[in-house]
Amino acid sequence: MSRYTKSFDTIGAVLLAIVWIAPLLFAVWAAVHSTSDAVNFRLTSPWTLDNFRTAWDGAPWAKYFLNTFILVTIVLIGQFIVTTLAGYAFAQVQFPGKDFAFLLVLLQLFILPEVLIVENYAMVSRLGLFDSILGIGMPYMASAFGIFLMRQAFKSVPIELDEAARIEGCSRLGILLKVYVPLAKPTYLAYALVSVSTHWNNFLWPLIVTNSPDTRPLTVGLSIFGAPENGVDISIISAATIMSVAPLLVAFLIFQRQFVQAFLRAGIK
Amino acid sequence: MSELAKLERRRRATYGWLLLSPAAILLSLFAFYPSIATLWSSLFSRGTRRNPVAFVGGENYADLFNDPTFWIVVKNNLFYAGVTVPLSMFIALSMALWANSKISAKGFVRTAYFTPTVLPMIAAANLWLFFYTPGLGVLDQIGSLFGLPSVNWLGQPETALWAIIIVTVWKESGFFMIFYLAALQTIPEDLREAADIEGTSRWTYTRRIVLPMLMPMTLFIGVNAVINSVKLIDHLFILTKGGPSDASKLILYYIWEQAFAFFDTPHAAALTMMVLLVLGIVAAVQFFYIDRRTHYQ
Repeated sequence: MSRYTKSFDTIGAVLLAIVWIAPLLFAVWAAVHSTSDAVNFRLTSPWTLDNFRTAWDGAPWAKYFLNTFILVTIVLIGQFIVTTLAGYAFAQVQFPGKDFAFLLVLLQLFILPEVLIVENYAMVSRLGLFDSILGIGMPYMASAFGIFLMRQAFKSVPIELDEAARIEGCSRLGILLKVYVPLAKPTYLAYALVSVSTHWNNFLWPLIVTNSPDTRPLTVGLSIFGAPENGVDISIISAATIMSVAPLLVAFLIFQRQFVQAFLRAGIK
Repeated sequence: MSELAKLERRRRATYGWLLLSPAAILLSLFAFYPSIATLWSSLFSRGTRRNPVAFVGGENYADLFNDPTFWIVVKNNLFYAGVTVPLSMFIALSMALWANSKISAKGFVRTAYFTPTVLPMIAAANLWLFFYTPGLGVLDQIGSLFGLPSVNWLGQPETALWAIIIVTVWKESGFFMIFYLAALQTIPEDLREAADIEGTSRWTYTRRIVLPMLMPMTLFIGVNAVINSVKLIDHLFILTKGGPSDASKLILYYIWEQAFAFFDTPHAAALTMMVLLVLGIVAAVQFFYIDRRTHYQ
């Protein structure tokens, strides 16, 4: 590559990168300045944390954070249990009706939970889970995507290990837990990162099934906080936004490689 | 002996279905039953105190086809898909080619492209609000430097859907970039070297070698982008609420509105059925066309 095209590429790539993070940078800028300083772009104006204080006092954020944290944990635990068992069954157990069952599971990749909001809402209410964190998480626990991922991971485990464990007198469930699960650790990590960031960010379904600050996750809380009816100004909205994305964003910046690898692993298979 | 084999087979079948049962129960509760229930309730009228629920056949569907809003929403969503799918894929490809080339500041560039992916759509909408707000917003301030008048980007029908589209493209391009990056890294280095020895121009190399080799990934990303054009609507709640006068209303938002703002479940169900039909077609295309073509790579 000639030096000319290389510097041309660098300029183009960096320009696009700056455009791409500009919205985030502007929000950070607005969050640490008073509203009038922020919208007039007074570059030398003093920094302040008042917006964060005002935003924090304006809504039960601690509760929202806790709800989101509980939500992603419940969903992840549920998904791990359900997808491990089903993935193992599809990968290593021979039984009649397996191919048909697998086809049904794949079908769910296209019947998005987002689209079925009306009937899922009815179902959650019927189960008495309306306005509960379990109700938000439950429709996502049997993820076809996760089952597929686990099946692929378990399929690559050499059958000799399985047989050796069986000769040692290991029970069937013991083999799954002691042989398959440890060997699939990278897949679990990848799936966990994808799942946590998906459910940390999910909005429409939690909006529908929650009805009180006791269950509301961050995204729903943020949308209510920022609603124009509440008349909050741009600096305070920015502060609230930065605040609610900070944990995931910081985690992403620290574990960037793992994040990217996780999305790749999850997407390619 | 055959008795023993039969017993063993039966035991394995029980074991298999036992392992599957949690997934089977949950999928039945939250995917299969709701799909059938949606079809069922789309065939009945909405119950009121005076008129109990009654079977109406295709009437709800006929209502939708006669409803001008429905056609606006369909047109909006087709436009939304028609712009976001190719545009975000094109940007994703450019990002990946850059992030994979030997430029300086590669780490920063990659991080910047990918960052929107980890933000919630609601937060993304709040960030963009700061750009779009008339008078005070960044876009208007830049415009005023050049003497352009203030524009209410979100408040006028001509620009509202575009404002929504830009946020979506911004959000999903970095995500698709990752997949292109992965595919680019599987292209053998010798091809590049061979092309260099032959004196092939960079453009020819990209067009004749890189793009064809990326084809399976392009189709995969394309399917995901189409699904996203149904799914990604969270920012509507913050930015436009589908307005002004339905100019930026998309199908899933319309379903939500019918069901949870107007409490009109039958029409919401009929709408849902049509979305499921479209997704089914996408699934069929993926299954019968794309998978078959990309298997022997």
